[in-house]
Amino acid sequence: MEFAFTQEQEMIRETAAAFLAEVSDSAAVRRAMTSEQGYESTLWERICGEMYWQAIHVPEAHGGMGLGYVELVAMMEQMGRYLLCSPFFATVCLAGNALRIAGSEAQQAQWLGQLCEGSLTATLAFNGGSSRWDAQAITATWRREGEGYVLDGDYRYVVDGHSADLLIVAARAQGSTGESGISLFLLPANTAGVSRQWLPTMDQTRKQAAVQLTGVHLNADAVMGEPGQSWNDLAKVIDLATIALAAEQVGGCQQLLDSTVAYTSERVQFNRTIASYQAVKHKAADMMLRTEVARSAIYYAACVAQEALEDGPLAGELREAASVAKSYCSDAYFAIAGDALQLFGGVGFTWEYDVHLYFKRAKSSEHLLGNGAYHRERIACALLDLGEVD
Amino acid sequence: MKLSFSPEDEAFREEVANWLQDNLTGEFEKLKYRGGPGDEHMFPDERKVWEQKLAEGGWTCVGWPKEYGGRGCSIEQQVIFFEEYARAGAPGRVGHIGEGLAGPTIIAFGTDEQKKKYLPGIVAGTQLWCQGYSEPSAGSDLANVKTKARFDEEQAKWFINGQKVWTSLAHESDYCFAIARTDPDSVAHKGLGFFLIAMDQPGIEVRPIEQITGTSEFNEVFFDDASCGADDIVGAPGDGWKVAMGLLGFERGVSTLGQQMQFQNELDEVVRQARSNGAARDPAIRQRIARAHAELKIMRYNSMRMLSGQSASDGALQKEALIYKLFWATWHRSLGELAMDVLGPECEILEGAPYALSRLQSMYLFVRSDTIYGGTNQIQRNIIAERGLGMPREPKGTAK
Repeated sequence: MEFAFTQEQEMIRETAAAFLAEVSDSAAVRRAMTSEQGYESTLWERICGEMYWQAIHVPEAHGGMGLGYVELVAMMEQMGRYLLCSPFFATVCLAGNALRIAGSEAQQAQWLGQLCEGSLTATLAFNGGSSRWDAQAITATWRREGEGYVLDGDYRYVVDGHSADLLIVAARAQGSTGESGISLFLLPANTAGVSRQWLPTMDQTRKQAAVQLTGVHLNADAVMGEPGQSWNDLAKVIDLATIALAAEQVGGCQQLLDSTVAYTSERVQFNRTIASYQAVKHKAADMMLRTEVARSAIYYAACVAQEALEDGPLAGELREAASVAKSYCSDAYFAIAGDALQLFGGVGFTWEYDVHLYFKRAKSSEHLLGNGAYHRERIACALLDLGEVD
Repeated sequence: MKLSFSPEDEAFREEVANWLQDNLTGEFEKLKYRGGPGDEHMFPDERKVWEQKLAEGGWTCVGWPKEYGGRGCSIEQQVIFFEEYARAGAPGRVGHIGEGLAGPTIIAFGTDEQKKKYLPGIVAGTQLWCQGYSEPSAGSDLANVKTKARFDEEQAKWFINGQKVWTSLAHESDYCFAIARTDPDSVAHKGLGFFLIAMDQPGIEVRPIEQITGTSEFNEVFFDDASCGADDIVGAPGDGWKVAMGLLGFERGVSTLGQQMQFQNELDEVVRQARSNGAARDPAIRQRIARAHAELKIMRYNSMRMLSGQSASDGALQKEALIYKLFWATWHRSLGELAMDVLGPECEILEGAPYALSRLQSMYLFVRSDTIYGGTNQIQRNIIAERGLGMPREPKGTAK
């Protein structure tokens, strides 16, 4: 047992932090977030060309760096800290994991190869507009036609769905319910019958889209895995992405804590820095507690995620680890963001200061892939053995 | 980062589990799940015998170096031992203050003579210790101790006068380690000494404190010219605060994993109750049980971070260690409230008169002490803000 970063992992984290401090400062974030695409192509090209982040946990056989989920989580934490606007999460944590878990050898060779080259962005669409992020959220349908498939249906909350080059979509067999009949398909975004709209969001630092499939015809090689049998794979992909998102939340917590301590240590009222007031110190202490507890949760979840990718002894804990991490980190990030806004006082309410960017990001990350209550109910189901409750 | 244990450690786990299974039987059967915090008054004599049974098997002081009679276990093996101990339902240790606090302090700061005199009794489970820190006017402000220690040159002895309070297990203990003022004109953390005092002497009176639970684990201890030898001071006169604080560094969190197994036992009982009385169908209760479960899991991961982390070179606690007390104490207090809300109106009904509390009732009341002793939640927040975040220290007061 060794529950601390190795020297190599520390180095990856520090390299990421140094790079992001330079390229993802407040001005850069604000430039990217006000565009429809949501990120600057030049920066993404640098990330892919110089840093090679998109390939971090892709096996070397497919052109990746062959590192693990702990390294991925360490980087996500830094991306969250610097509010990096990029297609990383959608491309690597959603689509990349889907390819790794559910893709055939041929699909992995083709698409993971392009992903690692940096020539491809991608995302995963499965939610038809539900606050649940499980099989019930899948409303789009597939049916066989000849050797191929025809897909129909709508998706919402698709991260970078309007800009991704490649879509991985989940659909259910017509007439199926629950976890049966689910299939995953790969399709280039410019496939006939696909329409996509950017959905402007309160949090401008991560872009969401709606996607409609209208009589989309796909060849037989577009399906991932056994048709109708893909729920378990998709559930695993969602859990893996959930852990990555929770790591991003922890980075946001840390940045808010640091900036709040710095601000309150400079701001003087009644001839004292406001950091000298116990009312302020105690709130800051609670912020630090939540940040460190959240960090313990994601480090463990990262180890479990790695075992899930390798079918290690703790692979069976993936679902619980994801829910433990996401429920705690979601609530922690939003609570800390609210406290930070309060402690910054009036300037925290302005557009000029960055607090509102984190405050908004905290709420959007909270609801993406399931909020605290959703994940606690998942835990309760397993613990209280009452089955899923509708 | 790696979570799995080595095959050698897994074999060690089996050895611990087997020993407990073979030995926690017969006369010790009734001690299962008893004698933990809030239940320390139960079966003290039987638990003393159990302590010696453990010693026979070599299961006391497992983390101490072998040269001092310990088992020399690695951190991983200590984790395993505490986990298996709690998993087996083995009773609260009457020797934990000696093993976890007095002994490590003597090993780190004591003379060879002190080590020879005091360590074997701790390892053998025959000599029990209590901790004399808090006083009526020295609670959160621990350095404000008034108890005085005077050295009598003729008799070559220290004489102690004053009062300690909240002393766990004082009535069962053979020795007390206490801080007292060696310089009568000193204030705060200067001028203190760290003393090793035999409890069985005319100058010491122990009075139990009746607590919110109606039971008494804690005591007041009165020193009226109690004495100890010239050699029974650890460090020099004036070093007492340094020695006392050094002790905090020994608590790297290994025993916290055992504490968490006890929390898990309590949470399991809450879950059992919720499932049997239907509270498990209440959406609000479900959320709270799931939260308690999730946070207890994370508490374990936080301890694993504490154990794996490199010690800071200045001996300062790492961030995950700084927040730990506030986190577990607040969690435990919430568990008590959850337990009562799961039971509903039935939570009021006692097992009998005059005041026989069930396990969950006793837990619910006792956990109110968790956020007070060992540094209140408010003091913890000061410590986190000042040491963890570098925020300004609280100003010194002027009240008399």
